[in-house]
Amino acid sequence: MNNVFVYCEIEGTTVAEVSQELLTKGRKLANQLNVELHAIVAGTDIKGKVEDQILPYGVDKLFVFDAPGLFPYTSVPHTDILVNLFKEQQPQIALMGATVIGRDLGPRVSSSLTSGLTADCTQLEIGDHTDAKTGTEYSNLLYQIRPAFGGNIVATIVNPDHRPQMATVRSGVMQKAIYEGACKKEVVYAEVGKYVSPEAFVVKVLDHHVEAAKHNLKGAKIVVAGGYGMGSKEGFDMLFELAKVLHGEVGASRAAVDAGFCDHDRQIGQTGVTVHPKVYIACGISGQIQHIAGMQDSDIIISINNDPDAPINKIADYVINGTVEEVVPKLIKYYKQNSK
Amino acid sequence: MSLKIVVLAKQVPDTRNVGKDAMKADGTINRAALPAIFNPEDLNALEQALRLKDTFPGSTVTLLTMGPGRAAEIIREGLFRGADGGYVLTDRAFAGADTLATSYAIATAIRKIGEYDIILGGRQAIDGDTAQVGPQVAEKLGLPQVTYAEEIISLDEKTRKVVIRRHIDGGVETVEAPLPLVVTVNGSAAPCRPRNAKLVQKYKRALGAQEKAAITKDGAALPYAELYEQRSYLNLVEWTAADVNADLEQCGLNGSPTKVKTVQNIVFQAKESQTLTSSDADVDGLVKELLDKKIIG
Repeated sequence: MNNVFVYCEIEGTTVAEVSQELLTKGRKLANQLNVELHAIVAGTDIKGKVEDQILPYGVDKLFVFDAPGLFPYTSVPHTDILVNLFKEQQPQIALMGATVIGRDLGPRVSSSLTSGLTADCTQLEIGDHTDAKTGTEYSNLLYQIRPAFGGNIVATIVNPDHRPQMATVRSGVMQKAIYEGACKKEVVYAEVGKYVSPEAFVVKVLDHHVEAAKHNLKGAKIVVAGGYGMGSKEGFDMLFELAKVLHGEVGASRAAVDAGFCDHDRQIGQTGVTVHPKVYIACGISGQIQHIAGMQDSDIIISINNDPDAPINKIADYVINGTVEEVVPKLIKYYKQNSK
Repeated sequence: MSLKIVVLAKQVPDTRNVGKDAMKADGTINRAALPAIFNPEDLNALEQALRLKDTFPGSTVTLLTMGPGRAAEIIREGLFRGADGGYVLTDRAFAGADTLATSYAIATAIRKIGEYDIILGGRQAIDGDTAQVGPQVAEKLGLPQVTYAEEIISLDEKTRKVVIRRHIDGGVETVEAPLPLVVTVNGSAAPCRPRNAKLVQKYKRALGAQEKAAITKDGAALPYAELYEQRSYLNLVEWTAADVNADLEQCGLNGSPTKVKTVQNIVFQAKESQTLTSSDADVDGLVKELLDKKIIG
């Protein structure tokens, strides 16, 4: 009863990084609430292959559902697992990735349990709440903090009366870390037939094709990001060159992606990847709120812009007033000279 | 085989083009400064519906939208592109609904429509970006769902199963699902066809009851009033909570488990920054400084 649950999503027998990030966050919340952290994983032939990817993140109890038809993911069987397990276990908080799977599964589960769900949270905190109308006081609620209205406002959402309090979080927003403290690490191999009826397998996956990520933007120590100010797809070539010499990755603002200068999977911001590099070099990026939300936690921010009033300059540590065409080749040149 | 197709569509403020005047000083949204548009991915869904209608003549496409009276605009836009009719679900009781209460209202309206083989909607609306209402409607109607759809590839008339290509993280998937079914359509699907000139002529004067009331509220006469008696299709249908037999406890703010505690305008902490020029000396100096501090290298 009353524990924190994290749904772990998998590709084959590999646990998604976002799930591990949520386990780390879930552990913190569980410690704050003085309850246990429980995890759920469902797939096919996963027994013995996924436990070690989940338990080290501070899990007290892991529920494994291993049966034919549970991978690739389809909506109804996974919904049945969560709904029936939650009815039995009565968690107070349930977290999952704001991925295609999490955003397919979360709403279906919340509808079935009539519990509130907040999508794409960027922060999760524990706090108190007083209902403005009734004056009823609630303690230790989950504050689900998310941007809204295209990123122009940030809203704090609470679910005072319904459990579990459900939230999805995008990949890269939380940081994963192996848990050093003590936890029970118990594993339960659940009897799938008790949770899922044979009729649940109505949707058949005929073909499932996933390509390995072409880059590691999310984990990069140095990010060179280009905006609409790069002017063209060719303009991005020099950013790839700079990223190469610095051993970094190339990212882009939404405006640059929309203009076709760069692939969508390199988009940084609220609707893209969130990055936490040591150095973020913003090239020709004006700095819309929705972009800044995805990179503001960078240690050092360097902005190269010919507009001294570009909003991103306000949060930059170094502002270079100049055109990218002039400055980026110089960065490459002097890095090569000085790093020898 | 003919299909009964329902398309869920929402009128949304255009959050992609938010100007400086869109936010009020107190951090709330100045809705009047934002144009109301047809939610982009709902247009992708409408296109998939119209393609099914093209493939299976005799099929009907019915739009369903929830919002204020002016959301009848959504129905008109759909009619201009080839939809057969639509309903505006509009009632103060629906105000303040979160996704769960919204899906409840929509599911009850779909039950009122009665016959449906496939329910299509956009993956998500750009004012909330939650992607929750589609799956929640599916659950409430006890139907399977396929989200993030990019194309309805085929529909087998005998088995009544559809094959759909959908986007997944890092790839694509092809799935087969039985009708009736809820499908949410991704923005990467085919764009919606443009308005059809003949249909625009036919439906341009179509109005909902609240729109008519807004025109006549100061005693003005309704232009072409006789047309609305002669051509019933020009009267866009509005449904209230009572019309769809909705339980008021499950509607609007009452039926919403999530509550907005606070809303804040985003203010980023300004840093004390060092300003450099693009001169060789400045760039060289910066690179040396970063290397010395072991920030790069």
